[in-house]
Amino acid sequence: MRHTVSVLVENKSGVLARISALFAARGFNIASLSVSETEDTAISKMTIVVKGNESILEQVTKQLNKLVDVIKVNDFNDVGYIERELALIKINAVNKTSRDEIIRLAGVFRAKIIDISQDSIVAEISGDESKLSAFMKAVLPYGVKETCKTGVSVLYRGNSGRVK
Amino acid sequence: MEKKTGAQILIESLLKENVEVVFGLPGGQALPIFDAMHGSKLNFILARHEQAASHMADGYARSTGKPGVCIVTSGPGATNIVTGLANAYMDSVPMVAISGQVATSVIGQDAFQEADTIGITRPVTKHNFLVKDVKDLARTIKEAFYIATTGRPGPVLVDIPVDVQRGVCEFIYPDKVEIRSYKPNYNGHIGQIKKAAEVINKSKYPVFYIGTGVVISNAEDEILELSKKADIPVTNTLLAIGAYPCDTNLSLGMLGMHGTYCANKAMQFADVIIAVGARFDDRCTGKVCDFARNAKIIHVDIDPTAISKIVDVDIPVVGDAKTVLKEMIGLVDKKDRKDWIKTVDSWKEEHPLSYERNDDKLHPQYVIEKISELTKGEAIITTEVGQHQMWSAQYYKAKHSRLFLSSGGLGTMGFGYPAAIGAKFGNPNKEVIAVAGDGSFQMNMQEMAVAVLNEVDVKVVILNNQYLGNVRQWQEMFYGKRYSHSCLAKRKECPKWCNTPNRHSCPVYVPDFVKWAESYGVLGIRVTEKKDVELALKKMLETKGSVVIDMWVEIEENVFPMVPSGASLDEMITRMNG
Repeated sequence: MRHTVSVLVENKSGVLARISALFAARGFNIASLSVSETEDTAISKMTIVVKGNESILEQVTKQLNKLVDVIKVNDFNDVGYIERELALIKINAVNKTSRDEIIRLAGVFRAKIIDISQDSIVAEISGDESKLSAFMKAVLPYGVKETCKTGVSVLYRGNSGRVK
Repeated sequence: MEKKTGAQILIESLLKENVEVVFGLPGGQALPIFDAMHGSKLNFILARHEQAASHMADGYARSTGKPGVCIVTSGPGATNIVTGLANAYMDSVPMVAISGQVATSVIGQDAFQEADTIGITRPVTKHNFLVKDVKDLARTIKEAFYIATTGRPGPVLVDIPVDVQRGVCEFIYPDKVEIRSYKPNYNGHIGQIKKAAEVINKSKYPVFYIGTGVVISNAEDEILELSKKADIPVTNTLLAIGAYPCDTNLSLGMLGMHGTYCANKAMQFADVIIAVGARFDDRCTGKVCDFARNAKIIHVDIDPTAISKIVDVDIPVVGDAKTVLKEMIGLVDKKDRKDWIKTVDSWKEEHPLSYERNDDKLHPQYVIEKISELTKGEAIITTEVGQHQMWSAQYYKAKHSRLFLSSGGLGTMGFGYPAAIGAKFGNPNKEVIAVAGDGSFQMNMQEMAVAVLNEVDVKVVILNNQYLGNVRQWQEMFYGKRYSHSCLAKRKECPKWCNTPNRHSCPVYVPDFVKWAESYGVLGIRVTEKKDVELALKKMLETKGSVVIDMWVEIEENVFPMVPSGASLDEMITRMNG
C-alpha cells in the first residue's frame, strides 16, 4: 500500500538522518522524499512516500511522532488532499517528426518544453503520480535519456486536517 | 555577568541538576571538562572501563529513580558506552551521557579519536545532541535532563566538541525548558479509561500484567489497591520484580520464558489482560499468535509506540500508569472472584517453583533462597545475564520495587557488577549484592578497583558452574548436547568436543576468584558444599567492605520452568525428562 506521510520537523542538522533511519531500520524503501523549509524557517517539512504493510506503517508513524525533533506527522490517506510532483524528462528527438510529435504530446499533458537541442528535448511536467507516469509511458517509445523528479509535495484540501 | 568556559558551564549545570555522582573516564578531548571538575563540588567516580561507567550510571538510576550521569571522552570513550546506552534505552532508564568530541573545525576529518558519536548512538538513545556553540550548552544540558526523565524515560547523550568546552560565554541556567515538539501525555483519555473499567467489570478471569512502567511512575500502591478491590491476580515482568508484594495471594510471580507455571497459565486462560507499563516482550508472550487467545487486551502505557506493536490491543490508554490507575480505581467495581482465584491457586499448587531440595548437592537456587532469607528481601540485588539471573528472579523475594536490578531488554552480560557499584552510591545504607555467573562476572570485574578505592561496600556472589550456563542449557536441550564453546574451563589438553564436565577431572578453573579478590585486598570465600553456604553468606553480610564468594554450584543445573524460544506459553516445560 502506498502512503504519503508529511512530517513537520525542527529545522536542525541531523533530523533527516533520524527520520530516514527509522524507515531503514524496518526495511522500508523510501519511494520519494522532499524536504524544504516552511513559511516558518525554524520548521522544515518532509514529505515521504513509502510502500509497505499497513500495520508496520502505523508503527513507523508512531515512531516518527516519538522523535524529539518531530512536531507533527500527517498520514495523507483518509482525507482529501492535493499531490504534485515535478519531473524533468530528456527525450530523444533526432528528427523533425519525432520533435513535432513530442511537442504535441507535451501539449496534451500540459507539459512545458524548456529546452531543445539537436537530438533531444527536455520537458517539464508537474502533477500527481498517475499523470507523470502516463506522460512517461507516452514518451518512452522515443527513448528517454534522463529524468529527474523533485519528490512529492502534498497539501490538504480546504480545511480538512489543517496543521496548526 | 561573569563569563565561564563551556566546561565550567557543564559542571555547574550538573550541580544545578542536583547530580550527586558522575561516573566516567577522562581522555584527550574531554580534558577541559576534567580540568573544570578539579576543585569543584562534583562527585566524580573514575571507572576502569567506560562501559562499566555507563552501567554504574544505569544502576544508580534504576535504584534511585534519579537520572544517572556519565562523562567519557571522544572516539573509543564514546563507543565504549554504546552498550550501556542501548541497555538503558531498552529498559527505559533515565541517563545523561556526556561525551567529548574533536574540535568543530576538524569534525569529519578522521581526527585522532574521532567517531561519529551522534550517528552511532542515534538508534540507542532517546535523543542526542551535538553542541556546536557554547551559547547553546546550558540549555542543551537542561533539555537533556528534561527529555531523559520525562515521558518514557531513556538515555540522552550530549556530544561536546573540545573547542566548545573551551569557549566562553555568560552562564544562565534555565529554570525550565519547553520543547514544542516533545510533550509527553500523562493523563489518559477518560473515555478510554471508562471503557477499560467496563471491560474489567464484566470480566470473569482478569489478569494484571505489570512492567517497569509501574515502577517508573510509582504506581505500586494503585496496582495493589485495584487488584485487591476487584480480586485480580497480578503477574510481573523481570523488571517489575518487587513492584507487587510477592507474599500476597494475588501475586502470580514473573511470567514468560522462565516465569511461573501459574502466571503463564493465567495469561493463557484470562478473558481480560490489563497490561500496565509493560511492552509484550517476546520473552513474556512466547509465540505471539498463540498468546492469550481468549483475552481482550487493555494496555496502559505512556509510550504510544508500545501499543499494538506486538499484540493487537483492544483498549489502549496512553498515559502515566499512576495517573490512569487512580482514575480507574473509582470506576472498577469491588468484586470477589473466588472461583478464578481458586483456579489460580490450584495452578500454584500443581507446579510451584522447585528444585531438588532434599539432596546435599549445592544447587544454585538454594544460594538465592538463602540470600533472600538472610537479607529478608530488603537488599538490592543486581544480576548479570544468564541462568543465575533467572534463578535470582525466581527465588529472590524482593520486598519492594527498585531492589532487583537486572538487564532485561538487551540482556547485557557485564551489567550487574558495575550496576551494583552505581546502586551503592545511590543507596549507601542498603545492602547491595551482585549475583553473577562466572562468565558474565569476567566481563566487568575490573571495576573491583572502583569499589575498593572508594570504599564502596558491594558483595559479589558468583554462581560458578564453569560454563556460560544459559548457552550450555540451550545446547543441552535444543542442540543435541553439543557444548560448543560454552565451557569456561576448557584448555588445550581437553578433548576437542566434550559434554561430560566434572569438577574433579576438568582442568583447574581460571581465574581463581578467591585469589583474585585477595589481590584487591578483598575477602574471598570459596564454597564447594551446600552445608557451608549459609555460613559464608552470613560472614559476607557481617563483613564491612567488599566480599567475593565463589560458589561452586551444580554444573549442569538447568532453569525451569521453561518456554522454549518460539513456542507458545502453553508449551511450558516444567522439568527435564528423566
